[in-house]
Amino acid sequence: MTWKQVFTSSVGKKLVMGFTGIFLILFLIVHAGLNACIWAGDNGEMFTKGAHFMGSNWVPRILEVGLFAGLLLHIIQGLMLEFSNRSKRSVGYAVSYGNEGSKWYSRSMGLLGTLILLFLILHLYHFWLPNRASQGFLLGEEINLFEKMKLEFSELWVVIVYVLGCLSLGYHLAHGFQSAFRTLGIHNKRYNTLLTSVGYAFSIIITLLFAMMPVSFYMGWV
Amino acid sequence: MEHYNMNLNLKVWRQKNCKSKGEFKLYRVENISSEMSFLEMFDVLNEQLIRDGDDPITFDHDCREGICGACSMYINGKPHGPWQANTTCQLHMRAFNDGDTIVVEPWRADAFPVIKDLMVDRSAFDRIIQAGGYISVNTGNAVDGNAIPIPKDDADASFAAAMCIGCGACVAACKNSSAMLFLSAKVSHLALLPQGAPERKSRVMNMVAQMDKEGFGSCTNTGACEATCPKEISITNIARLNKEYLGAGFTSDK
Repeated sequence: MTWKQVFTSSVGKKLVMGFTGIFLILFLIVHAGLNACIWAGDNGEMFTKGAHFMGSNWVPRILEVGLFAGLLLHIIQGLMLEFSNRSKRSVGYAVSYGNEGSKWYSRSMGLLGTLILLFLILHLYHFWLPNRASQGFLLGEEINLFEKMKLEFSELWVVIVYVLGCLSLGYHLAHGFQSAFRTLGIHNKRYNTLLTSVGYAFSIIITLLFAMMPVSFYMGWV
Repeated sequence: MEHYNMNLNLKVWRQKNCKSKGEFKLYRVENISSEMSFLEMFDVLNEQLIRDGDDPITFDHDCREGICGACSMYINGKPHGPWQANTTCQLHMRAFNDGDTIVVEPWRADAFPVIKDLMVDRSAFDRIIQAGGYISVNTGNAVDGNAIPIPKDDADASFAAAMCIGCGACVAACKNSSAMLFLSAKVSHLALLPQGAPERKSRVMNMVAQMDKEGFGSCTNTGACEATCPKEISITNIARLNKEYLGAGFTSDK
């Protein structure tokens, strides 16, 4: 059994989705924690310091390469799995099983993921791209991200799109969090109950935290 | 519950063979007893079709007592019909009311091609079993049943997994047409016992490879399989299968 065989079977592909999914969950914690500095009440001083470290130090900048690699792997593998799984039933049912046997969001991971991807493109276009462009993609002069947030989130439609993006992420996590751990082989009943509740709590907290950021700027709370 | 008779409208999938394009046909059955099983109702309909000179509806059935896994009808949007933990043959007509319209479809998955009407080819499951669903036993006298001590909980979990009758309802219910609940039950009931230990690593690898070859989709843990399983096979078996796969994939020398 070569490594290639291990990771390219149907279960192996799930493992890739699970590993990258948990990696991205860890990234969300870092991202939310750092961004929460906007609420420090110092007109963005602490946030700017944090953002400066993340953008100008080699350690997070090298980790960023890993983040993009994990992100791309999760997106490409996820889309390929979605298309492949859809192709396994050429003739569909006249009456569908629907929500009786499973939650709608657990069946809609491909759709929710695509919505998150669309949101992510807009998000990178708003903040990551202009910042890195100004730096010449290395460690050059950064833009003031706090002012950039203020500017972008003064538009109502941007705030609405961001909140909807966070909602998609929340439902994606509501299934993805516990599913990722099951995929990695956690089958003990007491862990499953724990992971399901922690998963729901995590999804709600992350969704609220991120959604409150554009709302806070729009409402003038920061 | 009081016995009653009913008249029903049936919308049944008719398909000549795996190559032809099927379609729904409407049938009316009258004076169906609430005490009949769903398959007996189909027997009545087939008698009627034969009397009228029509082709009777082909469907799989064998023991008609819920243990063989042959019956395979997708009834009103759920494999094996509206009751929980139940096979089609054990579904009784008291689940329906006079005047109901019932939609009956075959299992739909490309890995289960339709042979005719409601009968599908599930030999893919047999080939998955052949790929690794066995243990090695020495010839000679039968070993004493209690020669190897097995913890009660493990024996119970193994037996619960071994309840799988291989009917394919999990594949039919899954949006990905995945056979993971079936496979995980077959891997789990052997992996939980010391008798399954010698082939432990090769079993899970070979059975997963065969499942992929047969054209089933991959698992996304939606839980539709567990909700429809007539033998209530737990989805935790899928997580156990993943653990077995991870262990074998990372430590196997071959």
